[in-house]
Amino acid sequence: MPPDFISNLYVFILAGFVGFGLIKRVSPLLHTPLMSLTNALDAIVVVAAIIITGRHETPLTTTLGAIAVAASFSNMVGGFFITDRMIRMFKSGAAKKS
Amino acid sequence: MNAAAIQQYLDFAYIAAVVLFILALKWLSSPVSARRGVLAGEVAAGLAVVATLYNPELVAYKWIVIALIIGAGIGIPLGMVKITAVPQRTALSHAFGALSAAMIGIAEYYVGLSRISRFEMGEIAMEVIIGSLTFTGSLIAAGKLQELLPQRPIVYKGQNIVSLSVLGAAVLLAAALVIHPEQTVLFPIMVIVALLFGVMLVTPIGGADMPTVISLLNSYAGFSAALLGFVLNSKVLIVAGALDGSSGFILSVIMCKAMNRSFTNVLFGAFGTVQVAVGKIEARPVRSASAEEAAEILDAARKVVIIPGYGMAVAQAQHKLRELHDILTKRGIDVSFAIHPVAGRMPGHMNVLLAEADVPYDRLIEMDEINPEFPRTDVVLVVGANDVVNPAARNDKNSPIAGMPILNASEAQTVMVIKRSMSPGFAGIDNELYYLDKTLMLFGDAKNFVTSIIKELNAVAAGT
Repeated sequence: MPPDFISNLYVFILAGFVGFGLIKRVSPLLHTPLMSLTNALDAIVVVAAIIITGRHETPLTTTLGAIAVAASFSNMVGGFFITDRMIRMFKSGAAKKS
Repeated sequence: MNAAAIQQYLDFAYIAAVVLFILALKWLSSPVSARRGVLAGEVAAGLAVVATLYNPELVAYKWIVIALIIGAGIGIPLGMVKITAVPQRTALSHAFGALSAAMIGIAEYYVGLSRISRFEMGEIAMEVIIGSLTFTGSLIAAGKLQELLPQRPIVYKGQNIVSLSVLGAAVLLAAALVIHPEQTVLFPIMVIVALLFGVMLVTPIGGADMPTVISLLNSYAGFSAALLGFVLNSKVLIVAGALDGSSGFILSVIMCKAMNRSFTNVLFGAFGTVQVAVGKIEARPVRSASAEEAAEILDAARKVVIIPGYGMAVAQAQHKLRELHDILTKRGIDVSFAIHPVAGRMPGHMNVLLAEADVPYDRLIEMDEINPEFPRTDVVLVVGANDVVNPAARNDKNSPIAGMPILNASEAQTVMVIKRSMSPGFAGIDNELYYLDKTLMLFGDAKNFVTSIIKELNAVAAGT
């Protein structure tokens, strides 16, 4: 077992509980933006993809890495963009009258 | 600065990103603070990406820059799609996320080939299997939602056995790799088998089960990123993956509860096969009404509840419904929208469509909140919803949808249903609601019919 496995497991379990606690409180009104936002946050895998690509070890790993960078970065850019667009549409009745 | 010192700064940047991720989700709890949440997420992502570019391990930037430009080139148009295309865009983004995680896992396998331990091999195999099946599964889901593939579930005899055997084969290949990591030829075969399973997993599911499937794929995409974090020893990936995975999981649970079904039932018991009730449907008399009569009834009401369903999205009737809402509200009538959790093709689908049409969000009421209101409601207007208002879910123990929580439309004084014809809904079950004495069927396209009602209402106003 790699030495960091246990501390990683701690982080995973705690983050999972934090996630449960936070997401249960998200209004069902915003479930679609919730999905696109978590998707954009998940696109943080781009950092791992950048490292694999930039290490430039073999043509194969550089290619796989570059595909991963493009795929996750498109999620990051597009995900934040559309989430913000959707959230801006939600206006309360009071806000509309003013 | 030496490499170790830089690494420390990078770690602090990642910790800041994790804190901002959590704040982003916290602020998403209400529409008032939600934009701040998006901003927090953007800052976190930007910080993490910029910090990573300073990583001393990087020796060549050419392909990183090219890939980032391509990614932005794909991402920006995908961020600008019409709101009606959001379900398929979401499925596609699950596919991209999973593709990315799978590619990194595969690259990591080939990088570490000579020194990989059995434990690491197991982690990588699990990560790559989940990533691969989520990639193809999400592509199929996106294809169905974009109507490139048939929306109806595609089923054949013995399907579950075949699909589970394919999954079993992938797991066996993974186990073989853990025992014999030197058998590198098995690795690409395992990837191909996992990709195949993804296709088989989603093909038999369709229509009204889409919200659950999209949520499940969301969850898989998140957990594959978390697993990748274990493989790479990256805590920022573990946290982001755990947050995304638990979000998808909670949404799946909510969707399953809203249909009174279990995960296994959604994944392995395609609803479309439950067609028992269809044969029994006989032509029974219904009362129908014209747009003029419907307008008169609405005009005389004090409290109106509109129940939108997937049919509203198909007919693009949301803007006309907002007009109807405005006209009735101006006449002092209390109008609200009742939102069933599984209405539409993804969680929250109806809310986003109606918000885009400028309906104030405080008029969009959840099922549990609106159900006690129905006995005091004068008119319920059902627009393109079917199974979610079917009283059989409560009254008929033998119905395939028995026990599913529904909107109690039948408790209102008058029910009006806009529908193209008397054909049954996704579950293939007849709807008792249509045959009640208090129910009026309004036959026609949702958008056109609502337009005619608005015209009649304006005529009434002009006449007086």
